[in-house]
Amino acid sequence: MEKQPVAEKKRSVKEKRKIRILPFVVLTVFLFVFLAGVLTGEPSRVLEQSWQICLSCIGIG
Amino acid sequence: MELGRKWVQLVIAFLTNGYWGFPVSRTIYQGPLKVVCSPGLNCYSCPAATTYCPMGALQQLMVSIRFSLETGHYYVGLYVLGCIGVVGSFLGRMVCGWACPFGFIQEMLHKIPSRKWGVPRILRFFKYAVLFGMVLLLPLFVVSEFGLGEPWFCKYLCPAGTLEAGIPMLFLRPELRGTIGWLFYNKLIIMIFFIIWSVLASRPFCRVGCPLGAFYALFSRVKLVKLQLDEAKCTQCEACHHVCPMGVKFNESPNDAECISCMACMNKACRFDAISLSVAGIPLRTTEVVKAKRAEG
Ligand code: SF4
Ligand code: SF4
Repeated sequence: MEKQPVAEKKRSVKEKRKIRILPFVVLTVFLFVFLAGVLTGEPSRVLEQSWQICLSCIGIG
Repeated sequence: MELGRKWVQLVIAFLTNGYWGFPVSRTIYQGPLKVVCSPGLNCYSCPAATTYCPMGALQQLMVSIRFSLETGHYYVGLYVLGCIGVVGSFLGRMVCGWACPFGFIQEMLHKIPSRKWGVPRILRFFKYAVLFGMVLLLPLFVVSEFGLGEPWFCKYLCPAGTLEAGIPMLFLRPELRGTIGWLFYNKLIIMIFFIIWSVLASRPFCRVGCPLGAFYALFSRVKLVKLQLDEAKCTQCEACHHVCPMGVKFNESPNDAECISCMACMNKACRFDAISLSVAGIPLRTTEVVKAKRAEG
């Protein structure tokens, strides 16, 4: 098998190391969505809901 | 690595179901931790659940959205979407492979010796219909005369709810047994169906019916942590096809929405180092760089 020259190998490694920006954009968008949810006071509503047993949800009642 | 993954699954299952006072209190956990989102599908009416289930919470918010808006509250699901969106942006369906109690239960069931079958790929689209139909649109638009909807997925389909909450609650509260009706039997049949199917096929509910898996699948191309294929190293030997619990052919579809990043293909199958774990496109394994430097120096 032919050996890959070191310089070429390093280049291919560098190319592979290109940082993807899109995940950070998506993450930032959802962080804002999360913060907007917190500002509207939704966590307290979620907490209230999760303290109640939803009987019809679990198939009873 | 596989053993490590099992431990992570077990620890997270215990953390999200860590309230063991329920045999005494005879009710569910009602503490402050319930504002924390469970990353995987875990019914929050389960007596031991310490966190809220994002699919259950989202439906409840959709169900009462008119009432909330009329009373001046903007409870439209932003907090819940934000929580699972942040988790999804980081990990996507890696949550399914590492942090979902119901996925873990299905994996355990699949270990029961029996003849094993595949799951037809076409069925995977059904879970998107469950997400957009039963979790979002039906609870939002099919409403009673009082403007209230119903949590369609929890009420008519979710097998995790029956297993983790419905059955345990019947044991904890015998007085509820008299109220059982067709709703419960319908869900019981669905649950038994998925239990048997999980023995015969790998993770059928995750592949076919889970709305949370469908949500995380939307991040398959944009998640921060993912497996990546080095095409130059891949010999097309197809060894990765044979170990995948989700029926993914990784070398043909490295961004497959079904991949749960269990890493079986990377650790158990690929002998050519063609699959690596990457964060934002940067492979975590740097051996190539090190080797290249060594060879130069
Ligand atoms: S698909 Fe659903 S049930 Fe399966 S592991 Fe993912 S979140 Fe859990
Ligand atoms: S493609 Fe690989 S990492 Fe993804 S689910 Fe299949 S075996 Fe696991």
